[in-house]
Amino acid sequence: MSASIERAELVAEILKDRSESLLVVCGLGSSTYDVSGVEDHPKNFYLWGAMGQALSVGLGISIAQTDMRVLVITGDGEMLMGLGSLSTVANVAAHNLSVLVLDNGHYSETGGQPTHTSGSTDLAGIARECGFANSREITNSDEFAGAKETLLNSSGPNLVVAKVAIKKYGAIVEPHTRKGYYTASRFRMASTGRGEAGLDG
Amino acid sequence: MVDNYKDWHSDIYDVLRQQNIKQVCHVPDAGHASLIQKCEADNGMTVVSLTTEEDGIGVLTGAWLGGQRGVLLMQSSGVGNTINALAMPNACHIPFVTIVSMRGEWGEFVPWQIPMGQATQEVFTAMGVIVIQEERPEDVRATVTAAIKMAFDSNQQVAVLLSQKLIGTKDFRAEERVL
Repeated sequence: MSASIERAELVAEILKDRSESLLVVCGLGSSTYDVSGVEDHPKNFYLWGAMGQALSVGLGISIAQTDMRVLVITGDGEMLMGLGSLSTVANVAAHNLSVLVLDNGHYSETGGQPTHTSGSTDLAGIARECGFANSREITNSDEFAGAKETLLNSSGPNLVVAKVAIKKYGAIVEPHTRKGYYTASRFRMASTGRGEAGLDG
Repeated sequence: MVDNYKDWHSDIYDVLRQQNIKQVCHVPDAGHASLIQKCEADNGMTVVSLTTEEDGIGVLTGAWLGGQRGVLLMQSSGVGNTINALAMPNACHIPFVTIVSMRGEWGEFVPWQIPMGQATQEVFTAMGVIVIQEERPEDVRATVTAAIKMAFDSNQQVAVLLSQKLIGTKDFRAEERVL
């Protein structure tokens, strides 16, 4: 299977004309490079570790910020490590939470070993059976607009698996995206309008 | 020690309310059962049942990022599951509180519980989590309050370990037989 979607192109399209009410969490690795490559927005929170936790972080934000849209952008390897969180999110019925999985079928950060989505595993199918409100797979750029509408406006939880081409990244990100104490505090202030770290708990 | 003082579950719930805890994550445990029930009955709290303990680290990180406070309730056997995820609140200086019902220590009858129960404090300490042990029912209120203050006022990760001595090994075992 050769996927045709260029991941950076898709992420740029999803984040184009970004609303002030959009909060973005990205999984470690290439997803962070894609998202920060579009714009290092204060309402982005980048994971640089804690693999498997991106969707759970999104869930906590979505519960706290019910008037905002929370979009988790992550890879197939990261999502596979946190499969149980799909079940949790569906059962919480997080209406303002969406997930975009950039699925290249490989662990591209660690030598390109295949993930189970290159084999028999269907992440969109798993999310659907867990109870997501919307869950589907896209395979080409004609489907970008529909995916964007689902992720940003449909009542969730929503999941879109985008079958993307393998892309090798160099060290392209701003170093401060790795400083979690900075990006977390910045995110909290931007999303709540308050809360410099430690001042109001 | 105050004899027959048993309402420490209610004390924890009261503290969670007083300290403005809005998200309560848990992997169920008999030692936390009545507290979970109280939280579920509270419209001011969102209770999130997890499939594995490390997801509580993610959810509570998100809670803080979104401006709410939360706690994670779990059994000591789940502490090992949280290890790598604890890097997140540590690296991001994000407050984190967990209340752990202990197994594998005072009068444990299941050999499989002993290793993680005995390693719980060491594992937390290794990951930079401050550990407060509690075995006196009348002190639970003050201990949980102190843990929450340390976490949210000083941006620390704090674990309260509730001893089997406190939870009551005998009752706990009876409940397990029913299950």
